Amino acid sequence: MSVQKSEAAIPSPEGPANVIETDYEIGQDNVTPQLGPFGLDIHNPVFFVSGLTIVAFVFLTLAFQNQVGPLFGDLRSWLTSTFDWFFLFAGNVFVLLCLFLIVSPYGRVRIGGRDATPDYSYTGWFAMLFAAGMGIGLMFYGVSEPISHYSSAIGGVTLENGVRTDWAPLGGAAGNQVEAERLGMAATIFHWGLHPWAVYAVVALALALFAYNKGLPLTIRSAFYPIFGDRVWGWTGHIIDILAVFATLFGLATSLGIGAEQANAGLEFLFGIPVSNTSKVLLILAITGVALMSVVAGLDAGVKRLSEINMVLAALLLLFVILVGPTLAIITGFFSNLLAYAEYLPALSNPFGREDANFSQGWTSFYWAWWISWSPFVGMFIARVSRGRTVREFIICVLLIPSIVSVLWMTAFGGTAISQIVNDNYTAVQDAGLELKLFTMLAALPLTEITSFVGIALVIVFFVTSSDSGSLVIDTITAGGKVNAPVSQRVFWATFEGLVAIALLLGGGLVALQAMAVSTGFPFTIVLLLTCYTIIKGLASEPR
Amino acid sequence: MYKKLVVPIDMEHEDKLQKSLETAANIAKHYDAEVCYLGISTEAPSSVAHSPEEYRKKLEAFAQQQSGMHGHRVSAKAVASHDPSADINDTLLKAIEDAGADLVVMASHIPGIADRFWPSHGGAVASRAKVSVFLVR
Repeated sequence: MSVQKSEAAIPSPEGPANVIETDYEIGQDNVTPQLGPFGLDIHNPVFFVSGLTIVAFVFLTLAFQNQVGPLFGDLRSWLTSTFDWFFLFAGNVFVLLCLFLIVSPYGRVRIGGRDATPDYSYTGWFAMLFAAGMGIGLMFYGVSEPISHYSSAIGGVTLENGVRTDWAPLGGAAGNQVEAERLGMAATIFHWGLHPWAVYAVVALALALFAYNKGLPLTIRSAFYPIFGDRVWGWTGHIIDILAVFATLFGLATSLGIGAEQANAGLEFLFGIPVSNTSKVLLILAITGVALMSVVAGLDAGVKRLSEINMVLAALLLLFVILVGPTLAIITGFFSNLLAYAEYLPALSNPFGREDANFSQGWTSFYWAWWISWSPFVGMFIARVSRGRTVREFIICVLLIPSIVSVLWMTAFGGTAISQIVNDNYTAVQDAGLELKLFTMLAALPLTEITSFVGIALVIVFFVTSSDSGSLVIDTITAGGKVNAPVSQRVFWATFEGLVAIALLLGGGLVALQAMAVSTGFPFTIVLLLTCYTIIKGLASEPR
Repeated sequence: MYKKLVVPIDMEHEDKLQKSLETAANIAKHYDAEVCYLGISTEAPSSVAHSPEEYRKKLEAFAQQQSGMHGHRVSAKAVASHDPSADINDTLLKAIEDAGADLVVMASHIPGIADRFWPSHGGAVASRAKVSVFLVR
């Protein structure tokens, strides 16, 4: 017999990799009910338990709004202030592990086996991981966060009964404009640089390693096989997966709801479209509709293409701000901000004995919980598209390059806004609400109509790319790691997410449930520290 | 009349393929044609195989087993897809063309109401392939 090998699709023999031998067969716990004309292929009990719990939580929140809101709000602030040292400490562990992997011999291990070839080109790969990883946050915080830190730093330290009441990072820089700008930028970059990307890299590497090299299903529980052994196929694993679905769906639905409120404010500012529930619901429906088309078209024709469009738009906007804004200041600022970041990094990331509790708990620890609660989703999506890269290449592209892009983005948007305040006495940005800061900054630059339109378009497309990749991830987890489950299931999850967002938007409770989603960051931090151990253990047994 | 048949198979549901496999083998013997068994694998581990490479080996074994049963000439073609749930029709059509087939024999189900909106893979291949397609229901 003759055997043909498809040149295009099958990477030549995958080469040696150390597959974990387990009796578990992917999909063995799945059930295949027929729902009307649609056949399903879903994991029992992960699909049902997570679906029903989500519905139950939405109903409870709507019914007991006045009790639920404060409850989850308090839970979140209690976690981020009591365990601030734990979040900060864990964040440092993730960064150090990633940096170690770049220089260690483990960096030579290839995801997918020694001879695997990459599934995606650098541009497609990078576009997807960036769009899923940060995207929307850069739009909202690119202008507002540097300004916040700059203002509080220049205000210096204020004490009331011996307790600091200011929000300045570290010791602030009272009255010193140059130093306040450096500290403000360093603090912003700290929150958007190495640490968040290290969180994603750890989750993504663990999942990619245990799926593509060890042959376990592509779902969160597989990363815990070295710790729990075959118990991960039982309730231990069910709980890990359900928690991941929970964090992902609530994280996505609540940011979709809150994002719709912000996008509506932007649309009112630009085009006079009134802020109303109708416009917000229409926005959610439109975003969900495009996300639906994208997931039905699939990873290559939908998600990847949208991510690329997104990256081109974002790059154009960035380039525009650099060229039209204070060009020279941005270019020199990029390097001086990198230096400031390096200089302040040890103090900013110190988990113990912090005096700037408002900043380290209210900002840093909150951010860490937030990134970690998003990590199952972003990490799993990054894992899915990263087969064929070496560990070293993977960490450089998931940790270092995005961090540098974040530095450039924050320098361009934040630096321009700070320069408008300092040099031009244009304070509109400082006074504007969070959702309008980007647009007020752009309003002071030429071609406002065009750039603001691009800004709104970016906000919306960023939501779509989060929503479609999130639906793919939830679908895979609730199908027990099967990536070839029927398309109707991802349609279900994308629609469900939109409906949850609308229900919470109309009934109230968006902020409460977002607080709950962020709270899942705490258990996940423990889970991720365990993952660091399983990564090393998994890599050690791979041929290099 | 036919030189090379392509038979797309889903190794996850081998039990549902008997009729189409026998049909293909009989046509192949009649025309002394070769049957190329075409399988689409996921890149992530699946219930069939841990990796595209393992899938390819299983597909080859499957083809040889068919040859042993029916005595016709066989080959195997495995294609890995990023997202088979969405890409399968395009991947199948491209692989059919790459294989240089002049007849596709494919299992399909009896069309139901859902097929009006969402055609079966067999239906989609039949309506878009450039060569003859024999759907076995």
